[in-house]
This record gives sequence, structure tokens and C-alpha cells, in this order.
Amino acid sequence: MLLSTHSQTVDDNYVLVASLDNVRNLSNILKAITFKDHAIFNATPNGLKVTVEDSKCLQANAFIQAEIFQEFTIKEDSVGFQINLTVLLDCLTIFGGSTVAGVTTALRMCYNGYGYPLTLFLEEGGVVTVCKINTQEPEEPIDFEFCSTNVTNKVILQSESLKEAFSELDMTSEVLQITMSPSQPYFRLSTFGNSGNAHYDYPKDSDMMELFQCSKTQTNRYRMSLLKPSTKALALSCKVSVRTDSRGFLSLQYLVRNDDGQICFVEYYCCPDEEAEEEY
Amino acid sequence: MDCVVTGGNVKVLAKAIHSLSRIGDELYLEPEDDGLALRSVNSSRSAYACFLFSPLFFSRYVVCIPLVSCVLTPVLLQCVQAVFRSLSSLDKTVEKCHIELVGEKSRLTFTLHCKHGLMKTHNLSFQDSESLQAVFDKDSCSNVLRAQPRLLVDTVLHFPPALEEVSLSVSGERVLFRNYVEEEPERAKAMLTELSLSSDEFEHFAVGAESSITFCLKELRGLLVFAESTGLPVSVHFDLPGSPVVLSVTDSVLEVNFVLATLSDDLNLPRSPPPADDFLNDDIDSYLIAMDTSELPGPSNAPAQRSNHRLEAQSPVANHRLESEEAEEEETGDTERPPNKKFRSLFFGSVCPTDSQLTNQTATSQEVLASDSEDDAQAASP
Repeated sequence: MLLSTHSQTVDDNYVLVASLDNVRNLSNILKAITFKDHAIFNATPNGLKVTVEDSKCLQANAFIQAEIFQEFTIKEDSVGFQINLTVLLDCLTIFGGSTVAGVTTALRMCYNGYGYPLTLFLEEGGVVTVCKINTQEPEEPIDFEFCSTNVTNKVILQSESLKEAFSELDMTSEVLQITMSPSQPYFRLSTFGNSGNAHYDYPKDSDMMELFQCSKTQTNRYRMSLLKPSTKALALSCKVSVRTDSRGFLSLQYLVRNDDGQICFVEYYCCPDEEAEEEY
Repeated sequence: MDCVVTGGNVKVLAKAIHSLSRIGDELYLEPEDDGLALRSVNSSRSAYACFLFSPLFFSRYVVCIPLVSCVLTPVLLQCVQAVFRSLSSLDKTVEKCHIELVGEKSRLTFTLHCKHGLMKTHNLSFQDSESLQAVFDKDSCSNVLRAQPRLLVDTVLHFPPALEEVSLSVSGERVLFRNYVEEEPERAKAMLTELSLSSDEFEHFAVGAESSITFCLKELRGLLVFAESTGLPVSVHFDLPGSPVVLSVTDSVLEVNFVLATLSDDLNLPRSPPPADDFLNDDIDSYLIAMDTSELPGPSNAPAQRSNHRLEAQSPVANHRLESEEAEEEETGDTERPPNKKFRSLFFGSVCPTDSQLTNQTATSQEVLASDSEDDAQAASP
């Protein structure tokens, strides 16, 4: 209530206004892709897409649909800017992110357009904080050209079992090797560390496997350091889809339920590691 | 070796590995005809533990000749521990564990068959090694106590977690546990705790000779954690001070022995002069004890302050003839020594100094090189 009366008079200047009764519905998702300082924001009438990239090999996207927001008003077809994600998260969680029942922090996010800072109004228990964060020229996110028609192998797993595997992965291994095949071992995660190698095999008829569509045996390696941040998204998710295309590019899509049970998506795209291709 | 552990036994195996990793930072995996032995010894050679799993523990146990022993170096041991982490959920998630040791390829493979069809395979490369065995004969000990682990757990609960050494005295119908405080000035200021247990609290109480022994509490706790989880009674076999105390837990498929060195006699007296030792400066090599107990220590140039620590040689027993000590003696100096291994002068064998080499040694030769003077341990008798 407090926030809307404050900003009513200056509403006309904003090209984007988004409000949430519970800021955690945004901050939690953003935490799942915070592995670099800078993020590209792109808002459309459908909602908000936040992109983080690493060394042109990894891209993470968080999608928060317009329906998640209590208010989502956009005056242009597409509004984009680049912002320091770490600073943004610090502001979004400025009230400490407490999980006391019934106490939530409300958010009103306003953007005036190109060159203007992103203004955040955060309120909890009658206390209001206003944050203005500078924005930069948005870079064009990399287009990994990953399209469904090129997908050779796809599985959908319940996150629970993958969480266990990822938490045990041998971090001394430089790569994570993913094998997907219509025959044994079906879906395999492998590491090659200092003292030996490890394999995690998921059979296609496992009750953790919700979907198994593998047409061709493929083995690809990805840099462990690139995939490590994805474990944050995995931790939040209840389901994950793993897809590889004919080039060996990896797409990980995580289904995340927020505090109110609404669904958001986080996806990671990763290039295969070209250095060594020998099979183990 | 090829063996399969199923059901609840996977957790027992995991607990054994965790127990052993608390003793020393290397684990010896030795498949034998009468079962699989997992052994470890601490860096100062004053504590040794052996878990012997009989073939019946496994749903399948096949040993290939020639027998191969492998030692898991600290890095490998960490890997193996990682395989068996999250003990609490192990029995809920792991249905079967298949362990394969392929000598020719120096490969050790753990395959865990888990719930939901998930299969975890860990392939490790190990190093060959000589067998690690200690010489001890618990059957010849004059004092034997046996109690439910709960009794001993409740007893040690009264001692502070940081307490290094505990004294156990038996006389007549009583058993006394006391915290051990050595140095004279400290005794006056320290809190002395004494617990008295009557003989009828023990399942078995056989005292041949009144005795008071002092040994390291940490290792006792390590065994008690394991014993409590299995609910099996703990037996304590001991003799006179200086002779090792053997703590064991046995059932039809498993035999666990923890052999701990005890302080020798002259140090056990309440008013013995303080050793005035400065362990921070000690050369670790001086404390290395070989398992070959037939050798008595020679003279050394170790700091004179250790003169009142006497090395005791355990009388060798024919049926437990010791193998020579294993290849790696990797102590390189006190800088690497963890601070909590400071407990001193507890021996249960003679010192036979060996060449110090770092952990990457793969040689299987058991040559005991002639010790240079720095390595010899002190052997002055009081």
C-alpha cells in the first residue's frame, strides 16, 4: 500500500513497472544464476528474462512470467538493460531475507528507460527502502542456436536423484562427461579426478526418469567449472530436463516452484569441451 | 578380490572405514582367505586398528591368489570416504555394494547399487603394499573386561572431549577410570575426574593382576562409536603398563581389534617427574615404531629430555609373526604433524626407523634402511 501511493504521481515516466508481494519470488530465482556480476535484463509483455554468461561458453537464463508479478506493466515491446546482479541481489535481500511466517518483503521495481537507473522500492513491516542501481547498455546475449529440431537426446529427471549425484561429483575432475544412449548405460555422468574415475548411471526405467528420449549414443564433455553454478538451480528445482543436440551442446532446463507454488524456469546452455575427445 | 556387501552391512562397512580414517590417514585393504581385513595405524605407531570381515559378512566373497594388499593413500582414502558419505542415509539409499580389487591393473572398484536404479561406480588406482599387521596376543592378557558399549560410552562421557589420555585401573572388584594428568604443576590445578565401576557392571570381569594402564582416549572413543552402532559388547584385554591394550568387538562375521599403546610403568606413577618434553620440536621419525617387535631400539641422539620414556618391546608371539613394516613412512617433519597427535611416548613395539619418503612411493621393497643417527629413538632405561 505504502509503495503504490508513493509512486503514483510518477508512474507515467516508467517504461517498466513490476511489483511483487514477496520479493523472494524474484530473488531466489536470481540466486540460481548468480555466477557472474553482470546480468542482462530483458522484459517483454510475457515477463522478465535475466541472462548471465560466462566466457562465451555458458549461458544461464531465468524466466519469470508476467503472471508471477502482482503488477507487470510494460510500455514497450522490449525493454533491456544490463545491471550488476550482485548489487541487485544485495538490494533485493536488504531486509535480510527472513523466512518468518507471514512476513514478506514487498517489491516495486521501476525503470524509466534507456540511461535511467533501475529503482527498487522494498517494504517490510512499514519500513521502506529505496534503491537506485545504475544500468548499462545491454549486450546481446549469445544465441547458442539450440533448437528443438536439432535435439538428439532428451531426458527429464526428478531433481532429487541428480542433486545427490552432483553433490558427490569429484571436483578434482576438470570435466563432467555426459553420456546419453538408447542402450546401456542410458544416462551417465562421469568424472575423471586425481585418484580415478567415477560414473553415475541412471537406467531408463528408473522411477526417477520421467522422460527418456534418446535416439543416438552421444558422449560429451563439459568443463566442470562451467557447470558447477548450475547446481544452485538444481537445488531449487523439482525437475530437470537434459538435452543435447547434434553438436554436443548441452541444455539444462530446471523447473522451479517459488514460495507460492508458481512455476518458473531456469535454463543453462553449455558448449562441449573440445580439448580431449577420447572415451573412457 | 571380488565381494558384494548387501543391505545393512554396507553401513557397517562404511562405519568401519570412517573409524579407520580416524586412526590414520591411510587405509590398508587386505583380502585374505579368512576374510577382508581393513587396517590402519597412526603416524606415531601407537594405535593400530583392524577390522576383519569374515566371508559370511558378504553375500559373495571371492579371493584370488596371489593375495594382493593395497594401501589407500590419504587422497584415495578421501575418495573412498566420499563414496560412503552420508552415513545416515546409506542404508536407505544403497542396496548393494560391489568391491573389486584387480591386482594386475592396480584397480579398486566400488559399485554401489542404489535406489531408483541409480548405480554409482568408482574406479580407483591403488598402490600395492606389504601387509600391515601388528603383533599382539589378546588371549595371553591377564586382565579381560567385557561390557556393553553403552557402559563405556557413558563412562567416557564424563571426560572432556579434549582429554588426551585416560587411565584404567583394575583391582579386586572395581574398575577405575581416571583422566591422566602428567606434569606436576598441572596436577595441582587440574580437575581430576575418577569414575568407579563395580565388576558386576561388566559382562565379563577377569582380573589376573591388579594393574593400571594409561592410553589414548581418542582411539577408545573411535572404537566406541563403532561398537555402539552395532550394539556389540566391547572387550578390553590388557596386562601391565607398557604392554598394549587390545579393545575388541566381535561377532560371527566381524572381528574388530584396536591395539593401543600404553604408558610404560615408570610414567604411570602419580608422582613421576614431569617428562618436560617439548613435542613441537621433536623429530617425528624418532617416534616411528616398526611392527617388528623383535628389535629393541638402539641409542639415539634424540633430545635428552625424553630420557624417561622407555620403549617396551612386546614379546613376539609365534602365531602372529609380524610382517615388516609397510613402505610408506611419510612423516617429513613436525610441521606436517597435526597438533592433536601430541600424545607422547606411547609405544607398543620397538622402533625401527625407516627411510622417510613421501606418500607417492610405489615401491614395494621392504628394505629397512640403516637408520641415520637422527632417526633412532631414545632408549635409555630409567
